[in-house]
Amino acid sequence: MKEQLHELKEQVMLKIKESHTVKELNDVRVAYLGKKGPITDLLKGMGKLPAEERPKMGALVNEIRESVTAILEERKEILEQQAIQEQLENESIDVTLPGRPVELGNHHPLTRVVEEIEDFFISMGYEIAEGPEVEKDYYNFEALNLPKGHPARDMQDSFYITEDILLRTHTSPVQARTMEAKDGAAIKIICPGKVYRRDSDDATHSHQFTQIEGLVVGENIRMSDLKGTLDLLAKKLFGAEREIRLRPSFFPFTEPSVEMDISCFKCGGTGCNVCKKTGWIEILGAGMVHPNVLEMAGYNPEEVTGFAFGMGPERIAMLKYGVEDIRHFYTNDIRFISQFHRSEA
Amino acid sequence: MLVSTNWLSNYVDWNELSIEELAEKITRAGIEVDGIIDRSFGMDHIVIGHVNSCVKHPEADKLHICQVDVGGEISQIICGAPNIAEGQNVIVARPGAVLPGGMKIKKAKLRGEESNGMICSLQELGIEGKLVPKAYAEGIYVLPNDVRAGDSALTHLGLYDRILEFDLTPNRSDALSMLGVAYEVGAILSKDIKLPEISYSASAEKAQDVLKLSVEAAEDNPMYVAKVVKNVKVAESPQWLQNTLMSAGIRPHNNVVDITNYVLMEYGQPLHAFDYDRLETKEIVVRHAREGEKMVTLDQVERTLHDHQLVITNGKEPVALAGVMGGANSEVYEGTTTVVIESAYFAPGSVRQTSKEVGLRSDASTRFEKGVDPNRVAEAAERAAQLMAELAGGEVLEGSVTFDELDKTPEKIILSPDYVNNRLGMKIAMDEMKTIMDRLQIPTELINGQLVMDIPTRRQDLKIKEDMIEEIARLYGYDEIPKTLPVVESTPGGLTPYQAKRRIVRRYLEAAGLSQALTYSLASPKDAQAFALETAPVTKLLMPMSEERSVLRQSIIPHLLDATTYNVARRNESIALYETGSVFLGIEEDGLPKEVEHVAAVLTGKWVHHAWQGETKKVDFFVMKGIVEGLFEQLGLLERLQFTKATVDQMHPGRTATVWLDDQSVGIIGQVHPTVQHQRDLQETYVMEMNLQSIMQTATEELLYEAVPRYPSISRDIALVVDRDTSAANLEKIIQQAGGKLLKKVQLFDLYEGKNVEEGTKSVAFSLTYFDPERTLTDDDVVKAHSKVLDALTVQANAQLRS
Repeated sequence: MKEQLHELKEQVMLKIKESHTVKELNDVRVAYLGKKGPITDLLKGMGKLPAEERPKMGALVNEIRESVTAILEERKEILEQQAIQEQLENESIDVTLPGRPVELGNHHPLTRVVEEIEDFFISMGYEIAEGPEVEKDYYNFEALNLPKGHPARDMQDSFYITEDILLRTHTSPVQARTMEAKDGAAIKIICPGKVYRRDSDDATHSHQFTQIEGLVVGENIRMSDLKGTLDLLAKKLFGAEREIRLRPSFFPFTEPSVEMDISCFKCGGTGCNVCKKTGWIEILGAGMVHPNVLEMAGYNPEEVTGFAFGMGPERIAMLKYGVEDIRHFYTNDIRFISQFHRSEA
Repeated sequence: MLVSTNWLSNYVDWNELSIEELAEKITRAGIEVDGIIDRSFGMDHIVIGHVNSCVKHPEADKLHICQVDVGGEISQIICGAPNIAEGQNVIVARPGAVLPGGMKIKKAKLRGEESNGMICSLQELGIEGKLVPKAYAEGIYVLPNDVRAGDSALTHLGLYDRILEFDLTPNRSDALSMLGVAYEVGAILSKDIKLPEISYSASAEKAQDVLKLSVEAAEDNPMYVAKVVKNVKVAESPQWLQNTLMSAGIRPHNNVVDITNYVLMEYGQPLHAFDYDRLETKEIVVRHAREGEKMVTLDQVERTLHDHQLVITNGKEPVALAGVMGGANSEVYEGTTTVVIESAYFAPGSVRQTSKEVGLRSDASTRFEKGVDPNRVAEAAERAAQLMAELAGGEVLEGSVTFDELDKTPEKIILSPDYVNNRLGMKIAMDEMKTIMDRLQIPTELINGQLVMDIPTRRQDLKIKEDMIEEIARLYGYDEIPKTLPVVESTPGGLTPYQAKRRIVRRYLEAAGLSQALTYSLASPKDAQAFALETAPVTKLLMPMSEERSVLRQSIIPHLLDATTYNVARRNESIALYETGSVFLGIEEDGLPKEVEHVAAVLTGKWVHHAWQGETKKVDFFVMKGIVEGLFEQLGLLERLQFTKATVDQMHPGRTATVWLDDQSVGIIGQVHPTVQHQRDLQETYVMEMNLQSIMQTATEELLYEAVPRYPSISRDIALVVDRDTSAANLEKIIQQAGGKLLKKVQLFDLYEGKNVEEGTKSVAFSLTYFDPERTLTDDDVVKAHSKVLDALTVQANAQLRS
């Protein structure tokens, strides 16, 4: 019987080795260790043995059963591993195939510039003021120190609807309206919006374009405050290393008036094609609010002062992104617009 | 304004600076120098030559063989100019010279004859054709007799000169004269300036004895000065004068005309010269024209005048259009012997209007339009008289004939240093302010701690205290202004709720895959009202630049469709664009159109396209509808959103809906009419446009947390067969009403028409979710609620249940 047992063990071992799948292995387990298997048979046949041999044989049978079970388990684990391996191999993909694009739309580049400027000023406590695009002559010109007959307000240059109504030529009427509405109170606003001029469209002109202006009115507002504000804006828009310079200029609604240049962001001031070899790029116009403008809006210019500035998002976008033709902003060519979805922060 | 730096040196010494430094200083002080032009263009080997002989080229009709003395050496040069002749002094570009056009002069053979250089026209030296004296416009330039062969022609022509190109702001008309520029440069450099000295000996005869003057329109002509110069010999001007005019961008004519132009540029005071004898009447009358009166101006154009236009007459007929252009009938010509010099102050508005009406803008009219210096009117006439005596052999009659009602008193401005410093944020001492006024040659006294300034009339831009702040700051240096931040009553800043929602709308649409477009507000009349949400009169421009942009848009869709067609034509076939912007409806009581902010979108082509996984889906109505629903969801208004079938012009009659917010119609959505698609070269295209203002002004409900369910929900599906015309919304409404409070969610998940479903009907399937927040639902609860739903569907929608 002992020999029988050892022979059986050899047999099982061989079968286990020959099993290549978990199922085959299971069949082996059932065949040998199952209720109808030879080991069970042997155990059943123990009764025929002499009593003194029974414990010894019983221990041997158990030993063999345990060792077979252990080997079965071991083999099972290996086979299972193999099965998983095989499955994983079958599931393998070409990771270099293109991914599924997430179809996002994006801001128009001008909105991008405008929002960047808005957010900068909001962080400094400014509000955003908006106004009508079709304006009264009074707010567009007269309230801004451009009385009737002023050479700068030629009918030829603006889109008039009637003698007294026109498409606004700048966003400054929003300033005039805000000052009037504030009734003497302090003001800190940014006015973005569309404006219109009677120009033929070409690479540098557009009959419709955008502007963004700022206005601060209060007691003791000084030109140094304007300079400090513009300096921060320039650094925000074009980089922390930017320097600014102010040059005297002329606008009917400010006095003194200035234009602001920034040190060239491309060459850093040494001179290149972007700054036309000057090291400086003209960015915006600004000045101290003209006393006539304050007075017309109901402020006493002896006591209240203010500064204002204005710039063209088109120009800023053209400089920032290297756009060469203003018409791109209004053609809505998807190949152009879709280039402005990357974040820059 | 073109400023010759050589000419400028006559009045102010700037030569310790390089020209670039000078330009930079001028720019920083307020007058932008746009460019520096070197009139020599770096040329070399350009000499004066004397044409010793000139014979026809044997092989070429138009060429001459010239033996030219180029200074101790005779050079043979072939010349093709029509006006070449023996005995002339000419400009010779010798071999080695490089002309501004890039031409390199070399020894060459022309039709077998050697040529050692080129005889040049002024154009070939880089002078604009319109500045070249007419006599030499078509050929080589001929120099006067008193020059020496071999000398530098560039020196003789004054071309070793550099020009500053000024880009003047409209207020700085004082710098439209060399003297004005000299004052500016003098102030910048703290230098004195040298004014012209005027002296001549006048004849005993008096001007007022030979010429009568009357001014009948003093408001438009408050000052008129006439001087008479006899025995003038009209001739070519001396070379220096011609050179100076060309450097300033003016073409030389003859000495008399050139002198008036020279004084114009020197003083900024336009002058006119009449031929005294051609005036015939010995009289000048300044008056307004008679309506319809005619005159022929210097340019030989007959002009019909209006009664507000100012004319100079001889008492009978106009001889000049005041301040704009002289008349042909009184023009100075080579036979003129007696000249009347006119120097006047014409009212800026009058000249501006007339010059615009007749379409003539000249150096003279631009200066009158800005207002000339009242204190230089008489002086400029004297300066011209002096030059006519010196350069044209004239005999100046004693005195002038004058009409003068012009106010010439300087404005006074009183300024306290604190006023200045408080507005600049600086601490400039009063003495320093006074020094700056001295540099500007503005007479200033310090009285009781204030600056009391007499503003010279040449600076008509200085009127108020703030103007003087600018003068002080710009000469003190804007770089000296510190950088500070404004201190005002502190405000939190930020977007208004409306502005914040606008950003939400944009971000949402972009996240949904649409890119922001920006189109024009002006449209063509045919597009103005297309797709408009409401009917309103069209707002038209008075003077449009084109039909295409002559009215204000009432809908954004037409321009978005234009953009789509543009893109599709360039093979960008899948387009998803949106725009937010104003439309303009009629005219309100205050005269302005009603401006309403809309949002619009367009979709065409593929919506999902993932080629290698074989997944492609074209846009359809429900893609656009989903976008709209998502937008309302973002704004917390989804519950209040509804769609009803609608008919809209230019839209597909079966695939268009009105968008409702509660009971307010706020927009349209649907497919563009196939005919319109075809006209616009588009495939299936869907659009929507909504009144963003109405939507965003509708208050959204507060966002409140709803408890996360603690008890399970139970779902039941139902499949129905209903009439084809029964709308899903209707079925859903019936289910909602019948389901009671346990019914939490109804979702349509299947729709089928066709095989196995009776014609004229469709099969619809809904999934219903029941839920009670208080307890676990029992089967009984659900069966009860669900059977009510089924009954309602059967009764109200005539629905058959499918098993």
